[in-house]
Amino acid sequence: MKGLPPVLITAIVLVVGFALCAVQFPNIASTRVVGNLLTDNAFLGIVATGMTFVIISGGIDLSVGSVIGFTTVFVALAIERWGVPPLVAFVAILVLSAAFGAAMGAVIHVFDLPPFIVTLAGMFLARGASFLLSTESVPITAPVYSTVSDFALRMPGGGRLSAIAIIMLVILIGGILLLRLTRFGANVYALGGGRATASLMGVAVGKMTIKIYMLSSLLAGTAGIVFSFYTSAGYSLSAVGVELDSIAAVVIGGTLLTGGQGSVIGTFLGVLIQGMIQTYINFDGTLSSWWTKIATGILLFAFIALQQGLVALARRPTAARAGVAS
Amino acid sequence: MENSLDPAPPLLEVRGISKSFGAVRALQEVDFTLRAGEIHALLGENGAGKSTLIKVVTGVFPRDAGVVRLGGDEVAPRSSKAALEAGIATVYQEVNLLPNLSVAQNLFLDRQPMRFGIVREGEMRRRAKALLTEFGLDIDVAAPLGNYSVAIQHVTAIARAVDLSARVLILDEPTASLDRHEVEILFGIMRQLAKRGIGIVFVSHFLDQVYEISDRITVLRNGRLVGERETASLPRLELIRMMLGRELAETTGARATASDRPPREVCASFENYGKAGYVAPFNLELRHGEVVGLAGLLGSGRTETARLVFGAERSDGGQARVEGAPVRLQSPRDGVRHGFGYCPEERKTDGIVAELTVRENIVLALQAKRGLHRPLSRREQDEIAKRYVKMLDIRPPDPERPVGLLSGGNQQKALLARWLATSPRLLVLDEPTRGIDVGAHAEIIRLIRELCDDGLALLVISSELDEIVTYSDRVVVLRDRAHVEELAGETIDVTNILAAIAADGAAMQEARA
Repeated sequence: MKGLPPVLITAIVLVVGFALCAVQFPNIASTRVVGNLLTDNAFLGIVATGMTFVIISGGIDLSVGSVIGFTTVFVALAIERWGVPPLVAFVAILVLSAAFGAAMGAVIHVFDLPPFIVTLAGMFLARGASFLLSTESVPITAPVYSTVSDFALRMPGGGRLSAIAIIMLVILIGGILLLRLTRFGANVYALGGGRATASLMGVAVGKMTIKIYMLSSLLAGTAGIVFSFYTSAGYSLSAVGVELDSIAAVVIGGTLLTGGQGSVIGTFLGVLIQGMIQTYINFDGTLSSWWTKIATGILLFAFIALQQGLVALARRPTAARAGVAS
Repeated sequence: MENSLDPAPPLLEVRGISKSFGAVRALQEVDFTLRAGEIHALLGENGAGKSTLIKVVTGVFPRDAGVVRLGGDEVAPRSSKAALEAGIATVYQEVNLLPNLSVAQNLFLDRQPMRFGIVREGEMRRRAKALLTEFGLDIDVAAPLGNYSVAIQHVTAIARAVDLSARVLILDEPTASLDRHEVEILFGIMRQLAKRGIGIVFVSHFLDQVYEISDRITVLRNGRLVGERETASLPRLELIRMMLGRELAETTGARATASDRPPREVCASFENYGKAGYVAPFNLELRHGEVVGLAGLLGSGRTETARLVFGAERSDGGQARVEGAPVRLQSPRDGVRHGFGYCPEERKTDGIVAELTVRENIVLALQAKRGLHRPLSRREQDEIAKRYVKMLDIRPPDPERPVGLLSGGNQQKALLARWLATSPRLLVLDEPTRGIDVGAHAEIIRLIRELCDDGLALLVISSELDEIVTYSDRVVVLRDRAHVEELAGETIDVTNILAAIAADGAAMQEARA
């Protein structure tokens, strides 16, 4: 299928990288480490799933990190200060973030503005709003939080598959199905192939744009809830720069930054690669954790170069075949 | 044709369509009739109004006046999507499909077979396969469309349009990027669709293809309807006359003086000059004080010849000489350095800089020739601008007015002035009279003659044959990207030029295959 070769390369990088890590630190190859890796990166996996849709459609969403930050603060305050039942708080923030995404999508479509600028504005807006709510970390002590944190499926080998990791995997599978099997998914690819052409072919471009950014923000909100479970706190400075981590995961996963090609599974692999590098650095113990960023940067660069090469290769045979066909 | 004996009711009826863009009247009172089951060629030179007509009928442009009836009912689509829903589908030369999606998704985008909110991929592929089989294609419909040749993409676009229950299919230059074999396949499909009762509008500038496939022909020129004929009863010569010529009688006497001149010195010569796939190698001599006209149909290689001569395109063989000395023309810079000037056909996009003033536009080429380190002083600029505004009678005579605000004729004069300011030895004019009104038209022709009398060598391209006949000392006729004939002196008249353009279609076909 479309985008498979880059995904394959991502998978190979992951497997080879994991094997190298395991050679140096045999303990890495355990379900315990893998389980932790999934838990630690659950929020990133969720938000990157949404980012995949946005980038395949030819857009970008810079607001997701701020939406996560806002969500954690909102949820913490709602539960701890305003006395709202946690479930109600969750539903409220999901509706709020979906509406926020829909609004950005509408602005992008109606005013024909670059998504980069609109979501950059959204990023400042959401971050600013979370500081407005609270500038300090708000611990969450509601019983739901300890219940969820304690819940885990035991895996063979002593590993724990935590609740938030399960949420992430469910969303991931949902994302894969949505993108691959539905008309909505086909339209996302169509938009990435060319907005004007897609519109000529009958795709309701405006509605699609709104829905795509709505989905991204909704997943960012979900990631925010998951993040609050992960840290048991709401803090307006949380998840700074996560939009960039998720873009990196999407691109490393083989999705074309220019849109039209990519997959959710690739994005998941991209998240795992980033998690794997982090884990390696933790095991090593002597390396600064900022090496994660450096390694991610190098990988990102390599993948973008690779994509350009693939794109160039893909163009040539087409041109040649057009002349030869007879 | 049986159609003429028993006319079917018209499928698409266009009556009195007019459309203006600003002051330019792109379409005036144009009628067009398409019957069910016919292949109808829509012909005309560049700027004749074919594209505008298609875009007005399909709702891309709003129309100023006129009626469109589809199967007797009036329709007024406001977008190409609405036109498609009404049953009028257009497939442009640039295929409007998504290369990143699979062939099947392209065929069924936004109308995929569904079950429980899920696209039935298998069912969709089966249907796509079946649909394409009808069009003689047996390909992997799961592969991205971009993996396939332009021909297959065209057929896919047509299949999609037809499957969307199109009754009228407009094909805009569908064969331009296809090879001979692919054209045959496309024609087979067109005949099959026509048999099913679909009306097909075929826009093309390949006349032999038009004769091969079409039942009837409608010709437009300068935004007006020239006529509608049965293809079988329309000789090629007559067709070309409809596309290019006006009435010829009046023009022949006008050019007596030009041919009486003694031969002049050679200004620039081109020997075996050409570029593979662009223009076949040609020999061309341009003399001081002489106008050489380039005549031929759209796509025959006129503009290509001009660009080679100027250096805008590199030749891959042959020798160019200026005043007898061999030169290399690798870029427009070289052309300018050797004293060539070039007024391109697309004045608005390739020529004038609309935001700059008349003065700035006029001094542009001269300044470029002198180089940045020798700037023209403001006083020099003013003098030059004033001189040419006066000499060419540019109106209004205000050098500080932005050129974009001038009429087409005056823009053309400003462009001419720009090159004249560089004191060129050779000036290449591509369609200098296109899109300007009748008065300015005569003035430009007068200017061409005056420049010529001053010893300038001129190479002029025009679709207006009577115009070419009026000012040319020699006429080079092009056909199918090759120089096929050179007329001089008394032999220059519209009839001879038409005959040279029309000569033997079978030979043309062979040449291309």
